[in-house]
Amino acid sequence: MSKWLLTALLAMSAFAQDIAQGKKIFESQCALCHGQTGTGGRGPSLHRPKLTHAPDDEALAKVISDGIEPEMPGAWQLHPREVASVGAYVKSLGAIPPEVLPGDPGRGERIYQNKGCTGCHMIAGKGEGFGPELTDIGSRRNGAHLRETILHPAAELPEGFLYVAIVTQSGSTIRGIRVNEDSFNIQIKDARGQFHSLAKSELRELRRLSNETPMPAYGGSLSNAELDDLVAYLASLKGKS
Amino acid sequence: MRLSIWLAAVTAFAQVPYDRIVNAQKEPGNWLTYSGNYSGHRFSPLSQITPANVSGLRVKWAHQFESGRTETSPIVVDGVMYITAPNSASALDARTGRQLWKWSRPIPKDYQSIGFGRVNRGPAILDNQLFVATLDCYLVALDLKSGAERWSARVEDYKPGYSMTLAPLAIKGKVLVGVSGGEAGIRGFVDAYDAVTGKRSWRFWTVPAPGEPGYQTWPQEGKLKDSWKTGGGSTWVTGSYDPDSNLVYWGIGNPGPDWNADSRPGDNLYTCSLVALDGDTGALKWHFQFTPHDTHDWDSTHVPVLFEAEVRGVKRKLVAVANRNAFFYVLDRTSGEFITGRAYAKQTWAKGLDDRGRPMVIPNTEPSAEGTIAYPNLNGATVWFSPSYSPLTNLFYVSVRELGSIYYKREAEYKPGTFFAGGGEADIPKSEKSGAIRALEVATGKMRWEFPLHTASWSGVLSTGGGLVFSGSDEGNFFALDALSGKPMWDFQTGGAIASNPISFNVDGKQYVCIAADRVLYVFGL
Repeated sequence: MSKWLLTALLAMSAFAQDIAQGKKIFESQCALCHGQTGTGGRGPSLHRPKLTHAPDDEALAKVISDGIEPEMPGAWQLHPREVASVGAYVKSLGAIPPEVLPGDPGRGERIYQNKGCTGCHMIAGKGEGFGPELTDIGSRRNGAHLRETILHPAAELPEGFLYVAIVTQSGSTIRGIRVNEDSFNIQIKDARGQFHSLAKSELRELRRLSNETPMPAYGGSLSNAELDDLVAYLASLKGKS
Repeated sequence: MRLSIWLAAVTAFAQVPYDRIVNAQKEPGNWLTYSGNYSGHRFSPLSQITPANVSGLRVKWAHQFESGRTETSPIVVDGVMYITAPNSASALDARTGRQLWKWSRPIPKDYQSIGFGRVNRGPAILDNQLFVATLDCYLVALDLKSGAERWSARVEDYKPGYSMTLAPLAIKGKVLVGVSGGEAGIRGFVDAYDAVTGKRSWRFWTVPAPGEPGYQTWPQEGKLKDSWKTGGGSTWVTGSYDPDSNLVYWGIGNPGPDWNADSRPGDNLYTCSLVALDGDTGALKWHFQFTPHDTHDWDSTHVPVLFEAEVRGVKRKLVAVANRNAFFYVLDRTSGEFITGRAYAKQTWAKGLDDRGRPMVIPNTEPSAEGTIAYPNLNGATVWFSPSYSPLTNLFYVSVRELGSIYYKREAEYKPGTFFAGGGEADIPKSEKSGAIRALEVATGKMRWEFPLHTASWSGVLSTGGGLVFSGSDEGNFFALDALSGKPMWDFQTGGAIASNPISFNVDGKQYVCIAADRVLYVFGL
C-alpha cells in the first residue's frame, strides 16, 4: 500500500470516529431541540448544506460551544475535541439528501386555504395568530412529523404549549391557550384571540389540559392525496426569504 | 435649617467601625454587611411593614444598571446605599436613588468568565472604606466619601480562570474574599487582607498540598499525583463570622474536574465542605464535608446561618446549611460535630445521611457517557442566593429548586484558562420543574410550610421583624409571604428575572425593602 493511500485511509478512519463520537454527544445533548436525527424540533433542522449561523468550521465550533443568545445554550463544558466531533457530525447531516415527499406543494397551499387553516395560523404575514406561526415550519419539522400532527394534533404538542380551562369566581368558564404564567397570575388567549389576565388566587378552578389542543384532527376530512399535498406544502415553508 | 443640612452632610458618609457591624441589631435601619449581620441571617428587625399593611407597598424609586442580571445585595448606612455591578460600585442617595459617586475599573479584554456569569453580588464596608471584589481578581478599597480608590490588591491571576463575583466580608481590621473558577481547574482559597494597607494577611488553601492535613484524600502517587493542583474548591459565596470565637465560616465549592472524577479518587478535601477558620491567622479549626468525592458540581458555597438552640437539653452554638446537594444540615459550630440533617428537596443520589452526616450514596448515580438521571440538577436544590433565619419564628427560609438533570461524563484535559469540567448536564425531557419557598424548623430541618413557585427561582430570601418573608421569582415577581403561615400577602411584577438578595432599611424613619431585578434596582415603601 502506498504511503499516501495509508495516510488517506487513516485520516478517513479518524474522521469516521469523530463523526461517531459527535453523533453520540449530539443524541444526548443536542437532540432535545434539534431532534434525534437532526430533523428539527424546538430548534431548526440541520439537514441543510448551509447553516445560517455557522458558515464555516470555526463558526460552527463557536456556535456549538457558545450557543446563540437567547435561544440556544452553549455546550461550554465540552472539550474542544468533542466540539469538533459534534461539528463533524452536524456537517455530515448537511450532506443528507433532502427529504422527498410525494405531494404537490401548490395543491397543498390551496388545501391549506380551503380547509380553514388560516383561521388559526399565520404564514408570511397572512392568517390569524391564534395557533403557532408556520412561516418556517418546514425548516423545523420533517414530513413525518407534519403528517402526524395533522392527523393527531394532540399526540405530540409543541414544547411549552398548554391548553387550559379556567372557572372564575363568578362561575364562567374560559378555555384557551396559556400565553404566560407566573406564581401569581396566568394569561390565556381564547379562540377569538382575546387575551385574559387572571389572578390565580381569584380562580375557582384552573385545569391544565395537558393532552388537549383546540386544533381538530384532520384525518377524516382529507384524502390521502390531499394529506400528501398539505404535508408537501408545509414542508416547503422554510422561513422568511 | 442650616444646622440640619450640615448635620445631614456629616452623617451621610459616617464611618462604620467594626463594633457597629458586630452590633448591627442595635441599628436595624442600616444594612451593614452582606447578610445584614455576621451570623448570615438576612433578617431585618424592622417592623413597620406587616402582613396587615404590606398590600400598600409601592415603588419609591428605581435605579437602572448599565447591563442586566444584577445580583448585587446593597449596603445601606445612614441614608446612603452602596451597590455594585461587575467591576464597578456606586453610592446612591437612599431617599431618592440619585447617584452620589461612581467608581469603575476596566475589565481586561482577555478576561473570561469560565462557568459563570459576569456579575457582582455586593460590597463590604469597614471604617471609612468600601470594598469591592472584581472579575479580574482584584480587591479594591474605595473612599466612602468620594469613591476614590485607596488601594487595590491583586488577589490572583485571572488568566488561568480565577475570578471574583462575591461580596467581601469585612471583620476586625481585615477584609476576606473567595474566588470563582471551579470549572477552570483552579486551586481555591480564602484570603484575608489588611483593611488599611491592602497587604495580604493570610491565605487558606481549600485543596491541601502534599504534607498538609487532608492531602491523603487526593491521589498521591503515579500519573494522578498532581490532581490536587487543579482540584477546584472555589469559595465564591460570602461566609459568616462569629465575633466571640473569632471564627470565620466559609463554604467550599466543587472538586475539579466537575463531572469526570477519574483523576481524583478519594474524598477530595476540602471541596464541598464548610470550614471554620481563625479570623487572625486563617488556621483551620474544623471542617465538615457535605458531599465527599462530588461528581455533580454541588458546590457547598452557601451562606452559613449561625444560631443557638437546645440540643438534647443543652444550649449549643450551631450553624445551619441548606446545601446544594438537597440536604439540610445542623452542625455544632464550635467543633463541626454533625447534629442532624435531612433532605429538604427531591434527591435521588443518597439513601440518607449516616450518624456522622456522611451521605449514603446510591450506586450508579454518578455521571456517565450515556447520561445518568439524578436530582437535584447541577445548580442544586438551592445555590448561591441567601436563605434567611428569623429569630422571631425560629424558622429557616430557603428558596428551593425542584428539578433534576441528565448528567454526562466527558473528557477532561487541563489547559490553563479553559473549561476543566469533564462533562455536563441536560434537561430531563418532559420532567416536572418547579420551585418553592420553604420554611424549615432551624434546629431540625422539618418543613413547617411551603409556598409553591411556578418555576425554580434564583432569588434569595429576607425575613423581617414585621412578620414577613420577601423573595423573588424567575418570572419577575417580587413578593411577600406571611412568615408564620407562608400565605401570600403582596406581589409586584418587576418586569425582569430576579437573581438577587432582598434587603430592608430605614430612610427618615420609614422602612424600605429593596431588590434587584434584571437591570433595575427597586426600592419599595408604604
